[in-house]
Amino acid sequence: MAIDPVTLAVIENGLRQVCSEMDLVHEKTSFSPVISEAFDRSNGIYGRENGEMIAQGELGLPIFLGVMQFATGAVLERRRDLERGDVIIQNDPYLGGTHLMDVKMIMPFYYQDELWCFLSNTGHWPDTGGMVPGGFCSTATEIQQEGLRLPPVKLVRNGELVQDVVDIILNNIRVPEERIGDIRAQIGALRTGERRLTVLLDRYGVDTVETAITELKERSEQHMREVLSGVPDGHYSFTALMDSDGVVDEPLEIALDLTIDGSDAHFDFSRSSPPCRGPMNSVWATTQSAVYVAMKHIFPEVPINAGCFKPLHIKPPRGTVLYAEYPRPVAGCAAEVAQRIMEAVFGAMGQAIPDRLFAAPAGTSGNFALGGHDPEMRRDYIMYFFTGGGYGGYVDGDGLTNGCSTVGISKTQPIEILEQHYPLMFDEYALREGSAGPGRHRGGFGVSYRVRLLRGEGKASFLMDHGRTGPPGMIGGGAGATNKIQVSQGGVVTEPRHTSKGEGYLLTEGDWVQIKTPGGGGYGAVAERDVELVARDVRRSYLDTNDTSSD
Amino acid sequence: MSEWQVGVDVGGTNTDLLFLDHESGAFRVAKVPTTPTDQSDAVMSGLYAGDGAIADLVAIVHGTTIATNSVLERKGARCGLITTRGFRDVLELGRRTRPNNYGLTGSFEALIDRELRVEVTERLDASGRVVRPLDEAEVRAALVRLRDAGAESLVIHFLHAYANPVHEQQAAKIAQQMWPNDYVSVSSEILREVREFERGSTAAVNAFVQPVLARYLKRLGQRLKDAGNDRQLLVMQGNGGTLNASAAARQPVQTVMSGPAAGAVAAAHIGRQAGFENLIACDMGGTSFDVSLILGGTPALSAEKDLAYGVPVHVPMVDIHTIGAGGGSIARVDAAGLLRVGPESAGAEPGPVCYGRGGAKPTVTDANLMLGRVEPSGFAGVSQAHGTEVVAGALGSAVGDPLALDAVSAAAAVLAVAGNQLASAIRLVSVEKGHDPRDFTLFAFGGAGPLHAVELARELGIPRVLVPRFPGITSALGCLLSDLRHDDVHSLWRALSEVDATEADKIFDDQAARGTQALESYAVPVTGVEVFHEADLMYRGQSHVFRVRVDSPGFDADRVATSFAERYAERFEIILADMKPVLASLRTTVIGTRQAVDLSLFGESEVVASAERSRPVYFNGRWLETPLLERDTLTNGLVVTGPAIVVQPDSTCVIDPGAVATVDDAGNLVIEVGGNN
Repeated sequence: MAIDPVTLAVIENGLRQVCSEMDLVHEKTSFSPVISEAFDRSNGIYGRENGEMIAQGELGLPIFLGVMQFATGAVLERRRDLERGDVIIQNDPYLGGTHLMDVKMIMPFYYQDELWCFLSNTGHWPDTGGMVPGGFCSTATEIQQEGLRLPPVKLVRNGELVQDVVDIILNNIRVPEERIGDIRAQIGALRTGERRLTVLLDRYGVDTVETAITELKERSEQHMREVLSGVPDGHYSFTALMDSDGVVDEPLEIALDLTIDGSDAHFDFSRSSPPCRGPMNSVWATTQSAVYVAMKHIFPEVPINAGCFKPLHIKPPRGTVLYAEYPRPVAGCAAEVAQRIMEAVFGAMGQAIPDRLFAAPAGTSGNFALGGHDPEMRRDYIMYFFTGGGYGGYVDGDGLTNGCSTVGISKTQPIEILEQHYPLMFDEYALREGSAGPGRHRGGFGVSYRVRLLRGEGKASFLMDHGRTGPPGMIGGGAGATNKIQVSQGGVVTEPRHTSKGEGYLLTEGDWVQIKTPGGGGYGAVAERDVELVARDVRRSYLDTNDTSSD
Repeated sequence: MSEWQVGVDVGGTNTDLLFLDHESGAFRVAKVPTTPTDQSDAVMSGLYAGDGAIADLVAIVHGTTIATNSVLERKGARCGLITTRGFRDVLELGRRTRPNNYGLTGSFEALIDRELRVEVTERLDASGRVVRPLDEAEVRAALVRLRDAGAESLVIHFLHAYANPVHEQQAAKIAQQMWPNDYVSVSSEILREVREFERGSTAAVNAFVQPVLARYLKRLGQRLKDAGNDRQLLVMQGNGGTLNASAAARQPVQTVMSGPAAGAVAAAHIGRQAGFENLIACDMGGTSFDVSLILGGTPALSAEKDLAYGVPVHVPMVDIHTIGAGGGSIARVDAAGLLRVGPESAGAEPGPVCYGRGGAKPTVTDANLMLGRVEPSGFAGVSQAHGTEVVAGALGSAVGDPLALDAVSAAAAVLAVAGNQLASAIRLVSVEKGHDPRDFTLFAFGGAGPLHAVELARELGIPRVLVPRFPGITSALGCLLSDLRHDDVHSLWRALSEVDATEADKIFDDQAARGTQALESYAVPVTGVEVFHEADLMYRGQSHVFRVRVDSPGFDADRVATSFAERYAERFEIILADMKPVLASLRTTVIGTRQAVDLSLFGESEVVASAERSRPVYFNGRWLETPLLERDTLTNGLVVTGPAIVVQPDSTCVIDPGAVATVDDAGNLVIEVGGNN
């Protein structure tokens, strides 16, 4: 059956719209600010055979691009007993996941009494138990220390919430009161998808929609092949460095050997470091997803669905840090390791097509988590603060200042909202002067902030990276400034032993934390920089250094 | 006694005016070229062109693109910022976004330069309590420093000012004494809402455009006074209502998108009367193409618009998507050998090549002329138009030669590229929001809209095109149809259960009194005044508010809670019985309903007989002899089969082969576009 171009476009957008509407309901009704303000969630439609991606919301977090189809697929393999009205919950990183905090829900979707597809979503919960509030524990050496690991179990059966499961969950996590709101929000988003998708199928008919899905996949694959054909054939290698795994104080290498062969790309990470003791391991699903996201950043014009992944061949990097198996800890997997995998992809592709690439972006999510008790509000809390950093310079201009992590698209939570929710006060939230990697087109700037605990006690943990080496420049540009963490406890200022990772910092009233995030790498030699731009940067105090203020 | 009113829409290329006497149903239109250096020149000459009885006009309602354009082109005032210590980079850091979800390139410049952002000592906590008092000496020093650095307009923006504006007010008081002008934008006055970046950005947009808009309105007001009219000038707001010039000059951010909003208001009105409630309204003029969606007869509103990347404006406005594509958009071939059209525009001066005003770069209008789709004699205010020979030369050298095409093929290619851009803009507001274009009617207006409408509709699968009687003055008509509107917000940020009914009723009452008083002061004829109250609520722990209508007097927290829960369940299908609602703010809107306009007055005016004319027009690769029909000769009920071209002073409508147009009783052309051929 041939499909006319108008209908094809309408169905493509219609499917995406179903996902966006799910994303919207999820975000607007959530209680976790990580979801409601920072959009750390994703919703999509997945194939009934194996969970292959049919459509996923463009507003969803990029790292879930590949992950969600693997997570859905893994559930299908293990739960043959899914029925109409069920919703599965799971957060197992080894089953197509990321870290434990990304809690997935999967619902079979029936159309006219037949299973037609799966609707799935994931939301970042502020806590799933474990050693530290917030889950970003940098010293864990096994997954049990990181939190509650839910296998695929029925959270909703026959349309009714299974209270037993809910009770187990709420009994094992911090600040359970608001989580029940998040559970409802996440289920609500799936139900919204169910209704919208039914309307779409009613209107265009199953046959037409299925034809369109097949056609869209083929077109997407074709498109990816076209852009890859424009990349010169050859072998390109790049090694990205992580500071340490948080437990053993040695750098980790992510080594990529990339081969471009016609319209296919082969990614081989086998030279990377072996699995690490600390939480900087990546699970296979996240490793693949990171490669997909990186390629999508390089070729944003290629539409997303399972089709465009086909020409990207990733060799399973067994025996490395990028193929974590039970019980390796993985808290840093989605937020940090994935970004370093992408840095390797950018670095290798930059050798092939320097005009389309950019120097390395800050490449750390800057996780700072704080959990404690607010005596005035008489409640427990967990706060997350993720920070942006500079992007790399590129052929047409300087890098962006305070860009979001490359795995994310989440906005920062407004300082005013954070101060409403938590007993904190920010002394500063500023552009980090002097942090940009120099170059013909310099990198963007990182951020510098200092936040003070107003009352009660809190426990701080940090999981960041690029504290030892800054994001590298390209074709002669310099590296961006390294990440810095300082903690003041009772007037004594210290830095974590692992520079960018640390935990167990007990804060009391008046104690503060200062974070400075990396700037982006520079593009081209600094000697080639336009003198007028240098003068402007000086006028704006961009090249000063507010780094000394707290040293 | 006659009561003439006039709607004025200043576009990038032309200034359009519609004069209307409600009493007799008489109307006149005028169109003059926009005068970019001082737009009031064109407005005045347009007013004189409309018969000169300026002194007797009972209402002058103005739509303007000044605010929007000065932000888009970054041509606003040099602004200074005074802000909380530690936070001068809020406007530059934004919310840690990037221009596109995928792709890591692109850049951003804040509206206020880092050199002109000064921090002072002060701090409130999240509940509005003073933690560090405002250091007034620092404010004074900052004012001097900013003034000396050449800042004309000032923003005062402190953290948590939505919860308690005390420090902002204190600083504003000092600024009142020291700042050399009135251009002081206080964040809590512009938008009393939480989220420092969005509130700051909204205030910064206000400050950035204020001197430009205020000077303009003052100049125009003076000229009207000189002409004997001392009525208050009214200005369209982005939300589709109108306010008076002094309120607009105080809160220019409210006029963002005001011209396009007027167009959407008119489109909705015309569509309703013609029996088409779902419209994709497309306004194409000389410089831009604005698309908006009208559902069930009402323009869609949005409270959060990114005016440009990193420049959010959080005031409610008609949801309009704009791209830089119009008749004046310049066609060129870029370094990679690709044909590009726009966003650069030849504007009114020098204008397209065919205007004969010295323009040398070929535009979309020139391409239309080349293909016989518009007449050289058909341009308003153009006396010495160039014919196809000169245009062919320009098209040849800029587009034809690099692409090895003759002038005709080059012109066709320019229209194809432009058409593609227009189609994607329409997809963005329709398809990508989950609407099927096949359920809509394309409402085409603006001087150039009807030129491309049938082709566009076919490309998108839209079955029907509606072209109003006077496409070129639709936005001006919208100005006359818009109700007067005054909005007031009061933030509370308290648990709903703790809000006392007497207190809430008092707040609402004050708001209503202020609004009614404001409308009365406009002294514009209205048929009635409507007041409605709303509350913004959320459940504790959430951060997005949800708006519900509430009754006052007789505010009842329990009833509000119930209706919130119901509306919430309706929208999100989630019931949160155990969560506590928080009352974020109370809002009152006062609307002064304007006299209704029966659009049939536009139908069947004096029908002028004219000689039958025709000429060859290029359609899909071939020339077809095509009749040219004068708009004034088309009687109600007449059926026109394409190919045909309908010409009138303010616009040209192309009815492609295969399309069939019928003239309805309001003089609209209802075109069934038929299939492609």
